[in-house]
Amino acid sequence: MQVPLSAYLILSAFLFLVGVVGVATRRNALIIFMCIELMLNAVNLTFVAFARFLNSMNGQIVVFFVMVVAAAEVAVGLAIIIAIYRNRETMDVAELNLLKW
Amino acid sequence: MEIVLFAGFALVASVAAVLVVTRRHAVYSALYLVITMAALAGIYILLEGYFIWIIQIIVYAGAIMVLFLFVIMLLDIRQEDVLWARRDRGQILLAALLSLVLLVEMVLALGRSALSGAQTAPASIQGFGTTQTVGRLLFTDYLFPFEITSVILLIAMVGAMVLAKRQVK
Repeated sequence: MQVPLSAYLILSAFLFLVGVVGVATRRNALIIFMCIELMLNAVNLTFVAFARFLNSMNGQIVVFFVMVVAAAEVAVGLAIIIAIYRNRETMDVAELNLLKW
Repeated sequence: MEIVLFAGFALVASVAAVLVVTRRHAVYSALYLVITMAALAGIYILLEGYFIWIIQIIVYAGAIMVLFLFVIMLLDIRQEDVLWARRDRGQILLAALLSLVLLVEMVLALGRSALSGAQTAPASIQGFGTTQTVGRLLFTDYLFPFEITSVILLIAMVGAMVLAKRQVK
């Protein structure tokens, strides 16, 4: 008795939606960023599950590239957060409202 | 046995993911995210991703999350986040409600779709998921994206240095 494909996909959907709720709900910029990483991980799980069940290596190669892009994004995003914190002394995205009408 | 392992890893990943979103201080969220990534690495082993799981541990849990913790410690954030501020309550409720609807919809769609024809995994090709296979693919079929990723990493390095540099007054 094997684990069916839908089990992996449902787990991935749940992790993705937890990440979405985190991005929509929290005010701390670092935690929002961590929820974005959670969403990327959920998508990686979907790719690896489909790679296994369609018996194709393409899914795992895509996961490799997603990890590279995520690493680059984290580096730049954290540099932005550091720059914001240095200028405004706050991590709260509700206070970054200069462009708000 | 595989079902027991998958259930264990899935439970750990789900609980840790919910805890990431609901902690007051950023350090606890970062540590729970490391646990989530480690549980996902375990699931990758079950899916025969023998190269991907070690890359997940090294790159995600070992580099990206360490970078997060560096920044949290560097900025020395002492004040704790207000978890559910009074004026955000409508937005939080709306986000939770819509996500719940989407989750139910996804579970129904994924549980009974044409995917149920592929419920059991076919016998894997020779060397599926090994480093050798990934390496061979990266240097033949995916050579151009592989070279482009080196440019992406260079851009990220330069960008991070420029953004985080202290301005000389």
